Amino acid sequence: MLKIDRLSVFYGERQILHDIQLEVHSGEIVALIGPNGAGKSTLIRSVSGVIPIRDGRIFVDEKNVTALSTMERARHISVVPQAVSMPPAFTVWETVLLGRTPYLNFLGQTSAKDEAMARQALEQADVLHLIEKRMDEISGGEQQRVLLARTLAQDTPILLMDEPTTHLDLSHQIDLLKLITKHAREKNLTVLIALHDLNLAAMFADRIAIVQNGLLCVAGTPQETLTSEIIHSVYQVPVHILSHPQTGAPLIIPGIGE
Amino acid sequence: MSLQNNMRRSPYLFSFLFLTLALLLSIAIGSVFISPAEIWRSLTGHGAETSFAILWKIRLPRTVLVLLTGAGLGISGASYQGLFRNPLADPYLIGVASGAALGAVIAMSIPWQYSFLGLLIVPLAAFITALLTVAVVYTIARIGHTVPTTNLILAGVAVSSFATSLTSFLMLRSTDDMRRALGWLLGGSIQNGWTSIWAILPFIAVGVGFLLASGHALNLLQFGDDQAQQLGLNVTRTRTTILIAASLVTATAVSFSGIIGFVGLVVPHLMRMWVGGDYRRLLSLSLISGATALLIADVISRVVLAPQEIPVGIVTALTGAPFFLWVLRRSKNQGYW
Repeated sequence: MLKIDRLSVFYGERQILHDIQLEVHSGEIVALIGPNGAGKSTLIRSVSGVIPIRDGRIFVDEKNVTALSTMERARHISVVPQAVSMPPAFTVWETVLLGRTPYLNFLGQTSAKDEAMARQALEQADVLHLIEKRMDEISGGEQQRVLLARTLAQDTPILLMDEPTTHLDLSHQIDLLKLITKHAREKNLTVLIALHDLNLAAMFADRIAIVQNGLLCVAGTPQETLTSEIIHSVYQVPVHILSHPQTGAPLIIPGIGE
Repeated sequence: MSLQNNMRRSPYLFSFLFLTLALLLSIAIGSVFISPAEIWRSLTGHGAETSFAILWKIRLPRTVLVLLTGAGLGISGASYQGLFRNPLADPYLIGVASGAALGAVIAMSIPWQYSFLGLLIVPLAAFITALLTVAVVYTIARIGHTVPTTNLILAGVAVSSFATSLTSFLMLRSTDDMRRALGWLLGGSIQNGWTSIWAILPFIAVGVGFLLASGHALNLLQFGDDQAQQLGLNVTRTRTTILIAASLVTATAVSFSGIIGFVGLVVPHLMRMWVGGDYRRLLSLSLISGATALLIADVISRVVLAPQEIPVGIVTALTGAPFFLWVLRRSKNQGYW
C-alpha cells in the first residue's frame, strides 16, 4: 500500500504541489489525470525520490520511505519511464538486468538469482524473444515493454508510471495497459499511473485521482470522477459522457461547443 | 569472418594481443633497432651493454610513460563520454585538458629546486586547475537541474581557449627554452627517465581504480539522472566521484605528456563499435587500447622524420581529427554511438 501524506513540493519559491493526500491500496490501480502542467509528473517524480519534497511523508506499507537511502527506496518503489532517448548501444538483456541494481553491490555484479528474475521479467512483459537485440533495433512499443520488464525485475511492491502510453499507437497502448493490469492483479502490486487519455484511464483504473493546479481535487471510481461537470471544470472543455458498450466504463467525448 | 567473430567473442584476449605488439614495436624501434631476440637477452641479463643501456635508460621508461598516458587518456575519455551521455565528449572538448595544461605551466614557471617533490607539484597543480575548469564549465553550462550537451561543449570550448591563451602568455613570458615547452604542450613527453614514472603512477593508479569501479554506475547514468536514481543510484555523489577521478587522470597525463588530443575520443568510440555500450567492458578496454593507440602513435612520431622526432600530439591529431569528423557525419543519420 502506498500512502502519500500531506505532500508539498516547491521549485525554488514556486509551490508546485499543495498538501497532496492520496492512498493507493495493494492490488489497486489508480490513474492520475489532469491538464498539462497540473503537477502529475511532479507528483510521480517526487514520490519516486527524484525531486526533494518540502513537507509531507510517503509510506509504503506503514514504512516511511522518505527517510530511506536512494538504494533502499528503490527496493520499495519503482518507476516505468517513457521510452524516449534510450541509450542505443545497450542490449535488451543489459537494460533489464539494470533493474536488479537495488540488490547489487556497487560494481553491479549479478548472481544467478538476479539473472533468473530478469529473465522472468522479460517473459512477463512478453519481450523474451528480443533479449539479444540492441535498444535501437526495436520499436517504440517494444522499448516501452522492455522498460516495464526492467521495472518488474526491480521487484517492488509499488509501481509508478509517468504516461507510459504517450508515444505508442493504439494497439500498443492497450497491450501495455492490459499487461500492467494483469501483473498488478497477479502480484498484488500497488500501481499509480499518470495518464493523458481519459478513456484509457476509465477503462483500466480502479480509481481516478484528478490533479489541478497542484491540488488533488477529486479521487474516486471512474463513474464518480469522470462526470461532465468535473471534466468541464478541470479541462475547460464541454464533454459528453457515454458508456462503454462492453464494460460500462465512462466514455468521454469532447463536445463541439454551441 | 571467423577472425571477426573471434574478436567479438574475446575482446580482452585480442586487445592484450594488440597491446603486446605495440609494446614490442615501441621497445624495438628507434634510432637504433633492437631485435626482439636482443630485447629478450637484455631483459634476462645476457645482452650487449649498449642495447642494455638504451633499453633501460631510454626505451623502457619512455614506453611505460606512453603506456600510462595512453591508458589514462583512454579511460578518462570513456568516463567523460558516459558522464555527459555524449560519445563526442572528450577531455579536450570540455576544456579539462587545457585547464590542466595551464596549471602545469604555472607550476613549471615557478623555479622549484629540482627534486622528486618538485615533479609531484606539476600534476597536483594541473589537477587543481583541471577541477576548477570543470567547475566553471559545468556552472556556465547548467540550466536549472540539467546540463544540455551543446551548452557543455560550447562552454568547454570557450573556457578552453581562455586557458590556452593564459598558457601561451605564460610561456612567452618565460625566459627558458621556449621550444622545449612548446614541444611538451604539443605532446612531446618530458624525458626524465624513471623519475616521471614514479611521479605519475600513484595519481594514475588511484584515478583509474575509481573509474574501473564506476562501470555499473555509468551504465545507469546512460538512462538519464531520473532513471538512474529511481534504480537506486545516488546520482550526485556518483557524478562527482567520477568527474574528480577522470579529471585527476587527465591532469596527470597532461602534466607529463602535454596535450595529446583525440585518443580519449577515438579509442572509446572504437571500443563501443567493437563490444557495445556496457561501460564495465568499455572502461577497461579503453584503458588497454588507449595505451596501444598512443604507443603506436609514439612509434610513428619517432620514425616519420627520423632521426628527428615529432611531438606525438601531432600524430594523434592528424589521425584523430578526420575520425572525429567521420563520427560527426555518421551520427547525423544514425544517432550517436
